[in-house]
Amino acid sequence: MSDSEIHGDIAPPPPRADQLVKRHRLSTRAWHWTNALSLLILFMSGLMIFNAYPRLHWGDRGSIHDAAWLEIGGDASRGYLKIGTSEIDTTGVLGHWRNAEGEVRNRAFPHYVTIPSRFSLPVARNWHLAFAWVLSLALTFYMLRSLFNGHIRYDLHVRRDEWSPKHIWHDIKEHARLRFPTGEAALRYNILQKLSYIGVIFILVPLMIGTGLAMSPGMNAGLPWLVDLFGGRQSARSIHFLAAFALLGFFFVHMAMVLLAGPYNEVRSIITGWYRIPQAKEETAS
Amino acid sequence: MSGLILPRRRFLGGLAVGTGALALGGCDAITENESVLNTIRKADRLTYGAQRILVDRQALAQEFTMADLSPTFRANGSTMVDTPAYQQHIAERFANWQLRVDGLVAKPQSFSMAQLMAMPSREQITRHDCVEGWSAIGQWRGTPLALILKAAGLSNRTRYIVFHCADTLDGRRYYESVDLVDAFHPQTILAWSMNGAMLPVAHGAPLRLRVERLLGYKHAKYVERIEAVTSFANIHQGKGGFWEDGSDYEWYGGI
Repeated sequence: MSDSEIHGDIAPPPPRADQLVKRHRLSTRAWHWTNALSLLILFMSGLMIFNAYPRLHWGDRGSIHDAAWLEIGGDASRGYLKIGTSEIDTTGVLGHWRNAEGEVRNRAFPHYVTIPSRFSLPVARNWHLAFAWVLSLALTFYMLRSLFNGHIRYDLHVRRDEWSPKHIWHDIKEHARLRFPTGEAALRYNILQKLSYIGVIFILVPLMIGTGLAMSPGMNAGLPWLVDLFGGRQSARSIHFLAAFALLGFFFVHMAMVLLAGPYNEVRSIITGWYRIPQAKEETAS
Repeated sequence: MSGLILPRRRFLGGLAVGTGALALGGCDAITENESVLNTIRKADRLTYGAQRILVDRQALAQEFTMADLSPTFRANGSTMVDTPAYQQHIAERFANWQLRVDGLVAKPQSFSMAQLMAMPSREQITRHDCVEGWSAIGQWRGTPLALILKAAGLSNRTRYIVFHCADTLDGRRYYESVDLVDAFHPQTILAWSMNGAMLPVAHGAPLRLRVERLLGYKHAKYVERIEAVTSFANIHQGKGGFWEDGSDYEWYGGI
């Protein structure tokens, strides 16, 4: 691959600050944008699917006649989100909002975050089930590719010294002060990046796919252990929902980091692969 | 606060709303585009093919115990058939209900409820998964569809079994169809009993299909005729079922 200058067996000359280097390989970039599109479509169509039955349960079963641990609803005057025994007024946003024509709707998630924007379970399912394939096939391909091209070993593998609480705490402090790595260090994922990418690639996205499949009655017959692993079909649906919002949380943190680290350089590197090594703002002894 | 800020805020707010509306309009132009939808709907064939390859064709849906039963099993879709003939059947406790079996069969015939109930039956406690997302567990007893199809003698040109129902929704007659793998699956029954009692009207009396590896909308209620076909292209609007015709729900309802 073209990035052998970073990972080659022969030690390359140390990159200078301000130098343009190839940061992300093509497979990583293609996968990143496939994921970005798929997750956006899956999240928004998923919110519409939730709107068809805006209640969550634990266990095998759960319907309108059973208690829900989470419920979004509304009436002519207000909207609410109930979690356990607490209730939050969400009038205007959840359970009671106005559509583009100004008419009040009592669906859970509002039209501007769902696919499609009008209420349609079949269209949402059409999108969701098609892009579930895109996400799953892309993840499978990427995992195999990363295993063989060394991306996992070189870039994501957490070295023993990185696991030390001192090192992790140091990284957290640096992030909190918005001091990002410069020079050669900027070419490697830091420990917090590694942990969040590992969390997304190896835990959250597989969890989304696993809980998604666990909701399929066809797969339940084929892989009964999968639905049992999550504690029943309604538990799988609840975990699917929670993991989706965990991914949304990752998205916001990811965007914040891109903005803080220099959006032009970061976005260029994930589109073209080329990245300009940031210069140190001040000399610090670490 | 200076007077300048508010108009600017209002302007920015208007700009944001306008951009949002444009983006949404643009979004719907793609997400509701028929040719785009027809392309992504092909994923249903992929799911169908993949499940047929990955899942043992005889693999049973999970079965539960009496302790797992839903205290109240939600009834949705049609919960009544609004015809004088059906009201008459209710009054007669379905003693004169006939199940017609025809299409590509050697011996087209009708079964009375007494005949069906005299045949060997299967009892199962299974989970009913609605496409909306909820699940309910119920106990069902009924006649295995395989026995009925064998009695009628399927032609080897048969690829699908169509279930014609007595109920109408939004002015259209309900129907559904499944392939032969699901039709001959050991848990596929025409149920006439639920939770130890005669099948209630709200749940499709006197006969409802239980096809346990598929979503709820495939479980046709008020079944009065079973038809063996090579293709469902010429039945109703040609997509193999009421919800498939009406709003493009997936024909293979296994996910």
